[in-house]
Amino acid sequence: MAEEVRGAAEGEPSEALKPVRGAAEGEPSAASKRSYDKLIFELSSPGRHAFSLPEPDVPKSDVQALLPERHLRRQPAELPEVSEVDVIRHYSRLSRLNYGVDTHFYPLGSCTMKYNPRINEDMARLPGFGALHPLAPEEASQGALQLMHELAADLAEIAGMDAVSLQPAAGAQGELAGVLMIRAYHLANGERRTKVLIPDSAHGTNPASTAIAGYRVVQLKSEANGEVDVLDLERNLDDETAAFMLTLPNTLGMFEPRIIEIIEMCHAKGVQVYMDGANLNAILGIVRPGDLGFDVCHFNLHKTFTTPHGGGGPGAGPVGVKSHLMPFLPTPVVTRREGRARRSRRRAERSVDAKAGGTPTYALDWNRPKSIGKLQTFWGNFGMLVRAYTYLRTMGPAGLRSVSDNAVLNANYIMKRLEAHYDAGAPGPCMHECVMSARRQKKLGVTALDIAKRLLDLGFYAPSIYFPLIVEEALMIEPTETESKETLDEFCDAMIRIAKEAEEHPAVIHDAPLTTPVRRLDQTRAARYPDLRWRPPAESSRV
Amino acid sequence: MRYISNTPAQQREMLATIGAGTIEDLLARIPQKARLSRPLALAEPLAEGDLVRHMRALAGRNADAESFACFLGAGHYDHAIPSPINHLISRGEFFTAYTPYQPEASQGTLRTIYEYQTMIAELTGMDVANASIYDGGSALAEAALMARDITGRNEVVMTAGVHPLSRRVVETYGQGLGLQLRTAPLGDGITDADGLRKAVSGKTAAIVVQSPNLFGCLEEIADAAAVAHEAGALLIASVDPVNLGVLEAPGAQGVDICVGEGQGLGVPLGFGGPNLGVLAVKKDFIRRIPGRLAGATVDLDGHRGFVLTLQAREQHIRREKATSNICTNVALCALMGTIYMSIMGKAGLVRVGELSTAKAHYAAEVLAAVPGVRLRFGAPFFKEFTLALSKPPERVARRLLKDRILAGVPLARFDRKLRDCLVVAVTERRTRAEIDAFAAALAKAVA
Repeated sequence: MAEEVRGAAEGEPSEALKPVRGAAEGEPSAASKRSYDKLIFELSSPGRHAFSLPEPDVPKSDVQALLPERHLRRQPAELPEVSEVDVIRHYSRLSRLNYGVDTHFYPLGSCTMKYNPRINEDMARLPGFGALHPLAPEEASQGALQLMHELAADLAEIAGMDAVSLQPAAGAQGELAGVLMIRAYHLANGERRTKVLIPDSAHGTNPASTAIAGYRVVQLKSEANGEVDVLDLERNLDDETAAFMLTLPNTLGMFEPRIIEIIEMCHAKGVQVYMDGANLNAILGIVRPGDLGFDVCHFNLHKTFTTPHGGGGPGAGPVGVKSHLMPFLPTPVVTRREGRARRSRRRAERSVDAKAGGTPTYALDWNRPKSIGKLQTFWGNFGMLVRAYTYLRTMGPAGLRSVSDNAVLNANYIMKRLEAHYDAGAPGPCMHECVMSARRQKKLGVTALDIAKRLLDLGFYAPSIYFPLIVEEALMIEPTETESKETLDEFCDAMIRIAKEAEEHPAVIHDAPLTTPVRRLDQTRAARYPDLRWRPPAESSRV
Repeated sequence: MRYISNTPAQQREMLATIGAGTIEDLLARIPQKARLSRPLALAEPLAEGDLVRHMRALAGRNADAESFACFLGAGHYDHAIPSPINHLISRGEFFTAYTPYQPEASQGTLRTIYEYQTMIAELTGMDVANASIYDGGSALAEAALMARDITGRNEVVMTAGVHPLSRRVVETYGQGLGLQLRTAPLGDGITDADGLRKAVSGKTAAIVVQSPNLFGCLEEIADAAAVAHEAGALLIASVDPVNLGVLEAPGAQGVDICVGEGQGLGVPLGFGGPNLGVLAVKKDFIRRIPGRLAGATVDLDGHRGFVLTLQAREQHIRREKATSNICTNVALCALMGTIYMSIMGKAGLVRVGELSTAKAHYAAEVLAAVPGVRLRFGAPFFKEFTLALSKPPERVARRLLKDRILAGVPLARFDRKLRDCLVVAVTERRTRAEIDAFAAALAKAVA
């Protein structure tokens, strides 16, 4: 859920359309001459193959005889014809065109790009997890169901919520599930509320998810430091308002000091309060959203709980709720029954059985008539759940607390080292990320985008830029707890160097990046003449 | 502390630079009454060796497709996963990167997305594929909402063979916008043609047809497309892309929006997720498509490069007016699919389909020959078919677990009327010996 607004750059006709060879006329950069430029299709050679499949071991194997002709493909799919060596070398080479957390400091704000532990990967690949079919009989998937049950309970404890659904596939789907539960709750109370309040500093997914849930979005103006404008909120709280959705800490990396009061104001008007949990990494073991009064919050397991970002997913976006929303949770819910209680219907008997110490059993509960339904066909991004569970069992309670302490320390250290050279988006101390502004540099003709590109040359991935929208030329820097002081110092030195370059010789920034596999790319051309698939040279007409 | 790099000495140095005495000082903005006054009540940490033992014990309580003969399908299939996939996606440059917001430092991911889009477009016969949706169910829901936007109509006709769990996802996504779902009835394993015609009206935004459907049967997609188009509606087809080496491309049958669960394309079963939601459209709808799109362009030196494009559709630009709320998708699963399709290639994917359907037809023959077992439907099927059993399928499936066979998916949970039915899936991974053992065990179980 990183945010970077470059729509404007895409949309407006720019100079970039005309010259194919732009600023540095003539000599292509050294790097672009070197870098690998092939697509897998360009390695294809008729008759070459990489697959290994058995010969048929059944008597009838001719599809023409088995299936009616009208169902058979007439035009073969032109997939590549390559060898296994081609495949390994091609994708290995492509991987090297990427920056990742493993190779570079990746301070992408709001995305919590922390180290992804390898033990998590090993555990997710155990055949009992990785090769388990979702519709295997429940008695044959007890280990998986137990893991889900325990993880949901742990997340509920971390957030101070009463129940957690692990089903949403990503934060945005968690938001949709949360807002739909709020809607179902109001409807069950006979109330048709029509709008949801969202600060102008919010992630784009908040209004987008809310719109799918059928609500009108009312955008609230934030204070300059990203805090909720309480008076404006109060004006907008009425019996048409279903929910107030906010991010905590807010997208400027600041804790909302009046949060309890804000939530109380909302509840007084029957308004549910949703917490976007993108920034949960700041508050583990320090503050629990449920204790503050939040009714719903989602988790991004790919941020706070170290599941890898995968180049853009898969993630996982579990959603936690308070007890009044539990009837509306997505179906099915993983339940636990104490040993042998299954056969005992009466409560007294059940407690006796529990004491007798039978093995608990886990089941999927489908009988939930008030449920909002399903977000995915199956039960959630289970592979991510295994990784997050492994992480929680690695860290323990003190470890998690230390995560947030160090995330906060690292962000404040960066903020302190940079604040003489860049304007702070809001005065510190901050929580787990700091937002700096390049407004000073912009006066010298150097934008946040330019700074981002220059950072790539200096060996760092870039912060999120132009987000939050309420900070001019925003650079949103989230170091995470897994980075060392040495790395932070190198990054800060680079940022300070860029600030000096902006004053002394900005050309080096405007030309950046020069060391990446390609130089700045023509976004306008990409949007104006969409070329979204490869075609063989002979028939290369754009789609 | 594991995964935290700063030493206590460094922490002190950093606090001194900041001008704070302790980390607590940095948390001063948090009101005391907002603070948690106790440690989190979570399990204490385990050392790696103990943790692995614990995880293996949990994993060991699951009947996985490595140690059982898996005939389970209904959305997820035990297709072979070529070894290079895991090696390549385990490269940190791929799996520890994120959405390619800085394209100059993300050309690897962007190229693979572009390749993926190309392969999916080619395979489905559609013009444009997006970079992925979470899974088949949410891709179907996105398609239904897209059809609603395109046609300005609010009703979607679901054929009865659409996976009931995916249908549930469509209902969930549509409830806030008031999307109405109607059902076109089932004939002999596939949609009843007259029933479909009657279900469609001037209010219909789209017909949804899944082929093969829940019962494994092949729907008449082209006929459904004709019915939809006659009513000014779109046809949404939900397909399993791994079948499309053999089965006719949706794009050649008049499909407007093609979706599917791409798990079979090299993505592990993983207890149902993460998955690979496939979504591809005709080019008229390119600016309505949800999610990420990678496109080719050039850099300042005129070299080919790739970027995320047409972003004015997306939530981070358009906010509540976006075509979808999707942000993080399933890029790494799309990469698995891309590598899978490269390895299988033009000939291999055909072979996967041929072997699967041949073995499925053999299995149908020997299983239906067991007394007390019959094929439930007469319509042609592909790699999956529905049996009617004389004994309750759930009990039979439990009994076959003892023979280390995952027998199939009982339909009772989806439809009480089909409570005697078991859906059996057969991929190229199953051997004739496993199928024969299945038949022998089934004979005992239903006797």
